[in-house]
Amino acid sequence: MSPLLINFVYVVSAALFIFGLKMLSSPATARRGNLLSALGMLIAIVVTLLAAGLDYKWIILGMVIGGAIGAFAAMRVEMTSMPEMVALFNGFGGISSLLLAWAEYHQNPRMSVFIAIVAFLSAFIGGVTFTGSMVAFGKLSGKISQKSVLFKGQHLVNAAILATAVGAAALFCMNPSSGMGYALFVLIVLVALGFGVTSTIPIGGADMPVVISLLNSYSGIAACAAGFVISNNILIVAGALVGASGMILTNIMCKAMNRSLANVLFSGFGTATAGQGASDGPQGEIRPATAEDVYYILEAADSVVFVPGYGLAVAQAQHVVRELGDLLEANDTEVSYAIHPVAGRMPGHMNVLLAEANVPYDQLVEMDDINPRMDSVDVCVVIGANDVVNPAALDDESSPIYGMPIIETHRAKTVIVLKRSMNPGFAGIQNALFFAENARMYFGDAKASIQALVAEFKSD
Amino acid sequence: MEPVYLTFVFVLAIFLGFELISKVPSTLHTPLMSGANAISGITLIGAIASLQTGNHAFSAILGTLAVTFATINVVGGYMVTNRMLEMFKKKEKKTEGGAQ
Repeated sequence: MSPLLINFVYVVSAALFIFGLKMLSSPATARRGNLLSALGMLIAIVVTLLAAGLDYKWIILGMVIGGAIGAFAAMRVEMTSMPEMVALFNGFGGISSLLLAWAEYHQNPRMSVFIAIVAFLSAFIGGVTFTGSMVAFGKLSGKISQKSVLFKGQHLVNAAILATAVGAAALFCMNPSSGMGYALFVLIVLVALGFGVTSTIPIGGADMPVVISLLNSYSGIAACAAGFVISNNILIVAGALVGASGMILTNIMCKAMNRSLANVLFSGFGTATAGQGASDGPQGEIRPATAEDVYYILEAADSVVFVPGYGLAVAQAQHVVRELGDLLEANDTEVSYAIHPVAGRMPGHMNVLLAEANVPYDQLVEMDDINPRMDSVDVCVVIGANDVVNPAALDDESSPIYGMPIIETHRAKTVIVLKRSMNPGFAGIQNALFFAENARMYFGDAKASIQALVAEFKSD
Repeated sequence: MEPVYLTFVFVLAIFLGFELISKVPSTLHTPLMSGANAISGITLIGAIASLQTGNHAFSAILGTLAVTFATINVVGGYMVTNRMLEMFKKKEKKTEGGAQ
């Protein structure tokens, strides 16, 4: 097939990607949108395979291995583990852009300055994305500590690494075809891999929604840069779409935490405040409740709002929550689920878990929709969420989370908080909600606690 | 002229991306990310095209690895996104144990 025709078909693929993303604007059309996008990818792959002079044995080898791994992972992954999966895939996108830039450079080292610059960007961003994503994956899956790891002079080390990369890149771009140029390229790759680790390791577990979104964006930008290296429009368009998507999500996540991106990346939030928070915070009497108490409260309620957090995912409690929701509805109670943008470990994490448990998406409400009518809600049930319902964010200027938008559960007539113990949440800040007049603490594992409630309803 | 033309395409695609993605509701942000993962596997196209007969052995190894990783993204990304989106359902006429 002629290169001209191939490029025309790429235009069709790009159009399909765009339509696919457009259809993601509603849950009703989203699935068809994804299939349309997949069709665009299939067409692009097939037409690329028809080009002359390809070395098929390598291509087939790579595609068979990659396809098998991808399909296996996609079928086996638990919905609670989606953040890990996405982190891993971000990393694979990054490494393939790095490898592609390297392969192109190795094959054809006589590059113009422009191509040399984009080859550097592709390799560097791809490398950072790869190791950064591996660290994020390790943190999310609990293979390495979720705590932020800080060491003395961290910012200096990172600045030095970046300066090395930029310096090496400048020298590399001046003369990429020399032996020295090749050595510099390898140095850039190594520096990028190191920088991915040192820049991600200080970021704590609850900031992962921001990090994953950012790495998502990087993987797109790396693909884009690789597109410049090989002068291929489809890589540039698709990479730019992914890059834009990641940037928007990063921005939404930062806003939902009322923090700047720089603050998330450099401050190591959580460690600095953990010491003082627990003792300085509000104190008072807590009102524990038994399953029976909670049952009577729920049974009498006209409207119940569930507020899920990361604890729901940890306890795998999404199915029992839906079962309880169904029982409440059968009891003529209005049930909805209020979801904070940063609840969980990635954007939309809670929505997917509840969808998995067959909660219809029209029962899921966003923070900005539920807050105005919170005063008329009879009961809020907070499941494994803490900082996103902490009223200190509204009224305590000294609190580290002051200014963060929260789901204002304290304004409901009754709040039931499901929690393992009185330990403060990730940010190490004690929560005044637990001591409020209208709050009842229902201690225990989220799943077992809700199962007990379901049993109460059924025995009735 | 080529770099200018490519940059032109890049800038327009970024703007288009911002317009499209800002309309995606927060309910679908996780499928959006995994779908974006799949699209970023577009590197596969470049990796396939780079594997020409008569390449240096080392280029071929790098290219094959790039094909492998990108295919994981494409296949895994689209499949898992589809699996997730299948679960997003509208409220229907109560099929199981629900109302009344």
